[in-house]
Amino acid sequence: MHIVYPAVISALLFAVGVYGVLARRNAILVLMAVELMLNAVNLNLVAFDVWWRDRLHGGQVLTLFTIVIAAAEVGLGLAIILLVYRNRKVVDVDALRTLREDAVPGEGDPAAEAAEAVEAGL
Amino acid sequence: MTGQDVALVLLGVVALGGGVLCVTTRQIVHAALWLVVAFGGLAGSYLVLTAEFVAWVQVLIYVGAVVVLLLFGIMLTRAPIGRNDGLDSENRWVALVVAVATAALLVTTVVLGFGGAHKDVKPGGGSADALGSSVFRTWVLPFEVASVLLLAALVGAIVLSRTDIGAKDGD
Repeated sequence: MHIVYPAVISALLFAVGVYGVLARRNAILVLMAVELMLNAVNLNLVAFDVWWRDRLHGGQVLTLFTIVIAAAEVGLGLAIILLVYRNRKVVDVDALRTLREDAVPGEGDPAAEAAEAVEAGL
Repeated sequence: MTGQDVALVLLGVVALGGGVLCVTTRQIVHAALWLVVAFGGLAGSYLVLTAEFVAWVQVLIYVGAVVVLLLFGIMLTRAPIGRNDGLDSENRWVALVVAVATAALLVTTVVLGFGGAHKDVKPGGGSADALGSSVFRTWVLPFEVASVLLLAALVGAIVLSRTDIGAKDGD
Protein backbone atom coordinates (compact mmCIF):
# COMPACT_ATOMS: atom_id res chain seq x y z
CA MET A 1 0.00 0.00 0.00
CA HIS A 2 1.25 3.45 -0.83
CA ILE A 3 0.84 5.79 2.14
CA VAL A 4 0.64 8.79 -0.20
CA TYR A 5 -2.92 7.99 -1.36
CA PRO A 6 -4.68 8.24 2.02
CA ALA A 7 -2.46 11.19 2.95
CA VAL A 8 -3.42 13.11 -0.22
CA ILE A 9 -7.13 12.24 0.17
CA SER A 10 -7.00 13.46 3.74
CA ALA A 11 -5.24 16.71 2.76
CA LEU A 12 -7.83 17.43 0.04
CA LEU A 13 -10.72 16.65 2.39
CA PHE A 14 -9.23 19.02 4.96
CA ALA A 15 -9.06 21.75 2.30
CA VAL A 16 -12.71 21.12 1.43
CA GLY A 17 -13.53 21.58 5.11
CA VAL A 18 -11.55 24.83 5.23
CA TYR A 19 -13.55 26.13 2.26
CA GLY A 20 -16.81 25.18 3.94
CA VAL A 21 -15.94 26.89 7.22
CA LEU A 22 -14.92 30.10 5.45
CA ALA A 23 -17.59 30.25 2.74
CA ARG A 24 -20.76 29.09 4.49
CA ARG A 25 -23.11 31.50 6.19
CA ASN A 26 -25.46 29.16 8.07
CA ALA A 27 -23.91 28.10 11.41
CA ILE A 28 -25.06 24.48 11.02
CA LEU A 29 -23.30 24.23 7.65
CA VAL A 30 -20.15 25.59 9.31
CA LEU A 31 -20.43 22.78 11.89
CA MET A 32 -20.72 20.23 9.06
CA ALA A 33 -17.53 21.58 7.46
CA VAL A 34 -15.76 21.31 10.83
CA GLU A 35 -16.83 17.66 10.93
CA LEU A 36 -15.28 17.15 7.49
CA MET A 37 -11.96 18.57 8.73
CA LEU A 38 -12.00 16.32 11.81
CA ASN A 39 -12.67 13.31 9.57
CA ALA A 40 -9.73 14.21 7.33
CA VAL A 41 -7.48 14.13 10.40
CA ASN A 42 -8.99 10.78 11.42
CA LEU A 43 -8.14 9.26 8.03
CA ASN A 44 -4.54 10.41 8.44
CA LEU A 45 -4.32 8.92 11.94
CA VAL A 46 -5.70 5.54 10.85
CA ALA A 47 -3.52 5.40 7.72
CA PHE A 48 -0.29 6.10 9.58
CA ASP A 49 -1.22 3.76 12.45
CA VAL A 50 -1.68 0.92 9.94
CA TRP A 51 1.41 2.02 8.06
CA TRP A 52 3.74 1.91 11.08
CA ARG A 53 2.04 -1.23 12.52
CA ASP A 54 1.89 0.51 15.89
CA ARG A 55 1.84 -2.18 18.60
CA LEU A 56 -0.10 0.12 20.98
CA HIS A 57 -2.55 1.16 18.20
CA GLY A 58 -2.05 4.80 19.16
CA GLY A 59 -3.46 6.18 15.90
CA GLN A 60 -6.66 4.15 15.93
CA VAL A 61 -7.30 4.77 19.64
CA LEU A 62 -6.72 8.49 19.10
CA THR A 63 -9.21 8.30 16.22
CA LEU A 64 -11.80 6.86 18.62
CA PHE A 65 -11.11 9.73 21.04
CA THR A 66 -11.44 12.24 18.21
CA ILE A 67 -14.82 10.76 17.31
CA VAL A 68 -15.93 11.08 20.96
CA ILE A 69 -14.77 14.70 21.10
CA ALA A 70 -16.45 15.46 17.76
CA ALA A 71 -19.73 14.05 19.07
CA ALA A 72 -19.48 16.22 22.20
CA GLU A 73 -18.57 19.22 20.04
CA VAL A 74 -21.59 18.75 17.78
CA GLY A 75 -23.90 18.40 20.78
CA LEU A 76 -22.62 21.56 22.44
CA GLY A 77 -22.41 23.45 19.13
CA LEU A 78 -26.01 22.69 18.30
CA ALA A 79 -27.09 23.70 21.80
CA ILE A 80 -25.33 27.05 21.32
CA ILE A 81 -26.83 27.51 17.83
CA LEU A 82 -30.33 26.76 19.13
CA LEU A 83 -29.78 29.29 21.95
CA VAL A 84 -28.68 31.91 19.40
CA TYR A 85 -31.72 31.10 17.26
CA ARG A 86 -34.03 31.43 20.27
CA ASN A 87 -32.61 34.84 21.17
CA ARG A 88 -31.98 36.32 17.70
CA LYS A 89 -34.21 34.32 15.30
CA VAL A 90 -31.22 34.00 12.99
CA VAL A 91 -28.34 31.51 12.69
CA ASP A 92 -26.32 33.24 9.95
CA VAL A 93 -22.80 33.86 11.23
CA ASP A 94 -22.63 37.01 9.09
CA ALA A 95 -25.60 38.51 10.93
CA LEU A 96 -24.19 38.06 14.47
CA ARG A 97 -22.18 41.26 14.68
CA THR A 98 -22.71 42.55 18.22
CA LEU A 99 -19.15 41.60 19.27
CA ARG A 100 -17.40 43.35 16.38
CA GLU A 101 -15.43 46.54 16.69
CA ASP A 102 -17.20 49.78 15.98
CA ALA A 103 -17.17 50.72 12.33
CA VAL A 104 -15.20 53.73 11.20
CA PRO A 105 -17.50 56.75 11.68
CA GLY A 106 -19.26 57.79 8.51
CA GLU A 107 -18.76 54.47 6.72
CA GLY A 108 -21.41 52.27 8.25
CA ASP A 109 -25.10 52.18 7.53
CA PRO A 110 -26.71 54.40 10.22
CA ALA A 111 -30.00 52.47 10.22
CA ALA A 112 -28.27 49.12 10.72
CA GLU A 113 -26.11 50.57 13.50
CA ALA A 114 -29.16 51.96 15.27
CA ALA A 115 -30.86 48.55 14.98
CA GLU A 116 -27.77 46.88 16.44
CA ALA A 117 -27.65 49.35 19.29
CA VAL A 118 -31.27 48.52 20.13
CA GLU A 119 -30.49 44.83 19.87
CA ALA A 120 -27.43 45.15 22.10
CA GLY A 121 -29.51 47.03 24.64
CA LEU A 122 -31.73 43.98 25.11
CA MET B 1 -0.70 0.26 -7.83
CA THR B 2 -2.24 -2.70 -6.03
CA GLY B 3 -5.92 -3.54 -5.67
CA GLN B 4 -5.88 -2.04 -2.20
CA ASP B 5 -4.63 1.27 -3.59
CA VAL B 6 -7.31 1.28 -6.29
CA ALA B 7 -10.09 0.62 -3.77
CA LEU B 8 -8.70 3.30 -1.45
CA VAL B 9 -8.53 5.90 -4.24
CA LEU B 10 -12.07 5.10 -5.42
CA LEU B 11 -13.48 5.38 -1.89
CA GLY B 12 -11.48 8.57 -1.41
CA VAL B 13 -13.04 10.01 -4.57
CA VAL B 14 -16.50 9.16 -3.18
CA ALA B 15 -15.64 10.84 0.14
CA LEU B 16 -14.17 13.89 -1.59
CA GLY B 17 -17.14 14.22 -3.93
CA GLY B 18 -19.55 14.01 -1.01
CA GLY B 19 -17.53 16.61 0.87
CA VAL B 20 -17.38 19.03 -2.06
CA LEU B 21 -21.11 18.71 -2.71
CA CYS B 22 -21.76 19.13 1.03
CA VAL B 23 -19.98 22.49 1.14
CA THR B 24 -21.33 23.76 -2.20
CA THR B 25 -24.96 22.57 -2.39
CA ARG B 26 -27.70 25.17 -2.26
CA GLN B 27 -30.14 23.04 -0.27
CA ILE B 28 -29.36 22.72 3.40
CA VAL B 29 -30.90 19.25 3.88
CA HIS B 30 -28.96 17.96 0.88
CA ALA B 31 -25.77 19.13 2.60
CA ALA B 32 -26.51 16.80 5.52
CA LEU B 33 -27.23 13.93 3.13
CA TRP B 34 -24.00 14.51 1.16
CA LEU B 35 -22.22 14.49 4.50
CA VAL B 36 -23.53 10.91 4.94
CA VAL B 37 -21.93 10.01 1.59
CA ALA B 38 -18.60 11.52 2.66
CA PHE B 39 -18.66 9.71 6.01
CA GLY B 40 -19.62 6.44 4.29
CA GLY B 41 -16.70 6.76 1.88
CA LEU B 42 -14.36 7.38 4.79
CA ALA B 43 -15.72 4.33 6.64
CA GLY B 44 -14.98 2.27 3.52
CA SER B 45 -11.45 3.69 3.48
CA TYR B 46 -10.99 2.57 7.08
CA LEU B 47 -12.14 -0.93 6.11
CA VAL B 48 -9.63 -1.04 3.24
CA LEU B 49 -6.93 0.12 5.68
CA THR B 50 -7.82 -2.92 7.88
CA ALA B 51 -9.24 -0.74 10.68
CA GLU B 52 -12.59 -2.55 11.00
CA PHE B 53 -13.49 -1.37 14.48
CA VAL B 54 -12.91 2.30 13.68
CA ALA B 55 -14.96 1.87 10.50
CA TRP B 56 -17.99 0.57 12.38
CA VAL B 57 -17.63 3.21 15.08
CA GLN B 58 -17.55 5.78 12.27
CA VAL B 59 -20.78 4.42 10.82
CA LEU B 60 -22.47 4.25 14.23
CA ILE B 61 -21.41 7.64 15.62
CA TYR B 62 -21.12 9.84 12.55
CA VAL B 63 -23.72 8.46 10.15
CA GLY B 64 -26.01 7.33 12.96
CA ALA B 65 -25.78 10.05 15.57
CA VAL B 66 -24.02 13.19 14.34
CA VAL B 67 -25.93 13.53 11.06
CA VAL B 68 -29.26 12.93 12.83
CA LEU B 69 -28.28 15.61 15.37
CA LEU B 70 -27.42 18.02 12.54
CA LEU B 71 -30.77 17.29 10.85
CA PHE B 72 -32.51 18.03 14.16
CA GLY B 73 -30.61 21.32 14.30
CA ILE B 74 -31.67 22.18 10.74
CA MET B 75 -35.32 21.55 11.58
CA LEU B 76 -35.29 23.30 14.96
CA THR B 77 -33.77 26.48 13.48
CA ARG B 78 -36.52 26.45 10.82
CA ALA B 79 -33.97 26.52 8.03
CA PRO B 80 -35.49 27.22 4.62
CA ILE B 81 -36.22 23.86 2.97
CA GLY B 82 -35.56 23.91 -0.75
CA ARG B 83 -33.23 25.89 -2.93
CA ASN B 84 -31.70 28.86 -1.17
CA ASP B 85 -29.00 31.10 -2.63
CA GLY B 86 -28.19 32.76 0.69
CA LEU B 87 -26.24 29.85 2.20
CA ASP B 88 -22.85 31.10 0.99
CA SER B 89 -21.39 34.39 2.14
CA GLU B 90 -20.00 36.97 -0.29
CA ASN B 91 -16.37 36.14 0.48
CA ARG B 92 -16.57 32.65 -1.01
CA TRP B 93 -13.86 33.47 -3.58
CA VAL B 94 -11.46 34.41 -0.80
CA ALA B 95 -12.42 31.14 0.91
CA LEU B 96 -11.75 29.25 -2.32
CA VAL B 97 -8.29 30.84 -2.63
CA VAL B 98 -7.46 29.94 0.98
CA ALA B 99 -8.71 26.36 0.51
CA VAL B 100 -6.73 25.88 -2.72
CA ALA B 101 -3.62 27.27 -1.04
CA THR B 102 -4.12 24.89 1.92
CA ALA B 103 -4.59 21.93 -0.42
CA ALA B 104 -1.53 22.83 -2.49
CA LEU B 105 0.65 23.23 0.60
CA LEU B 106 -0.48 19.99 2.26
CA VAL B 107 -0.40 17.87 -0.92
CA THR B 108 3.07 19.16 -1.85
CA THR B 109 4.40 18.40 1.63
CA VAL B 110 2.86 14.91 1.72
CA VAL B 111 3.99 13.97 -1.79
CA LEU B 112 7.53 15.21 -1.16
CA GLY B 113 7.66 13.37 2.16
CA PHE B 114 6.02 10.04 1.31
CA GLY B 115 5.96 10.01 -2.51
CA GLY B 116 7.38 6.55 -3.14
CA ALA B 117 6.88 4.91 0.26
CA HIS B 118 5.42 1.42 -0.11
CA LYS B 119 4.74 -1.28 2.46
CA ASP B 120 2.42 -4.27 2.58
CA VAL B 121 -0.45 -4.08 5.06
CA LYS B 122 -1.52 -7.20 6.93
CA PRO B 123 -5.08 -7.57 8.26
CA GLY B 124 -5.86 -8.05 11.93
CA GLY B 125 -4.35 -4.88 13.38
CA GLY B 126 -7.68 -3.08 13.71
CA SER B 127 -9.95 -5.74 15.19
CA ALA B 128 -12.09 -5.01 18.23
CA ASP B 129 -9.91 -7.50 20.12
CA ALA B 130 -6.64 -5.67 19.45
CA LEU B 131 -8.11 -2.18 19.93
CA GLY B 132 -9.96 -3.18 23.10
CA SER B 133 -6.87 -4.55 24.81
CA SER B 134 -5.00 -1.40 23.76
CA VAL B 135 -7.68 0.96 25.09
CA PHE B 136 -8.09 -0.81 28.41
CA ARG B 137 -4.37 -1.33 29.05
CA THR B 138 -2.26 1.47 27.61
CA TRP B 139 -4.87 4.16 27.01
CA VAL B 140 -7.16 3.62 29.97
CA LEU B 141 -6.47 7.04 31.55
CA PRO B 142 -7.39 9.03 28.38
CA PHE B 143 -10.44 6.77 28.11
CA GLU B 144 -11.61 7.80 31.58
CA VAL B 145 -10.86 11.46 30.82
CA ALA B 146 -13.00 11.14 27.67
CA SER B 147 -15.90 9.89 29.79
CA VAL B 148 -15.57 12.92 32.09
CA LEU B 149 -15.47 15.16 29.00
CA LEU B 150 -18.69 13.60 27.69
CA LEU B 151 -20.33 14.15 31.09
CA ALA B 152 -19.23 17.80 31.07
CA ALA B 153 -20.57 18.25 27.54
CA LEU B 154 -23.88 16.67 28.58
CA VAL B 155 -24.23 18.99 31.58
CA GLY B 156 -23.23 21.97 29.45
CA ALA B 157 -25.79 21.17 26.76
CA ILE B 158 -28.53 20.82 29.40
CA VAL B 159 -27.59 24.13 31.04
CA LEU B 160 -27.55 25.86 27.64
CA SER B 161 -30.92 24.53 26.52
CA ARG B 162 -32.93 25.02 29.71
CA THR B 163 -34.63 28.39 29.94
CA ASP B 164 -35.62 28.30 33.61
CA ILE B 165 -32.09 28.29 35.08
CA GLY B 166 -30.57 31.20 33.17
CA ALA B 167 -29.57 34.62 34.47
CA LYS B 168 -32.24 36.44 36.43
CA ASP B 169 -33.83 39.59 35.07
CA GLY B 170 -31.77 42.66 35.91
CA ASP B 171 -28.44 40.81 36.03
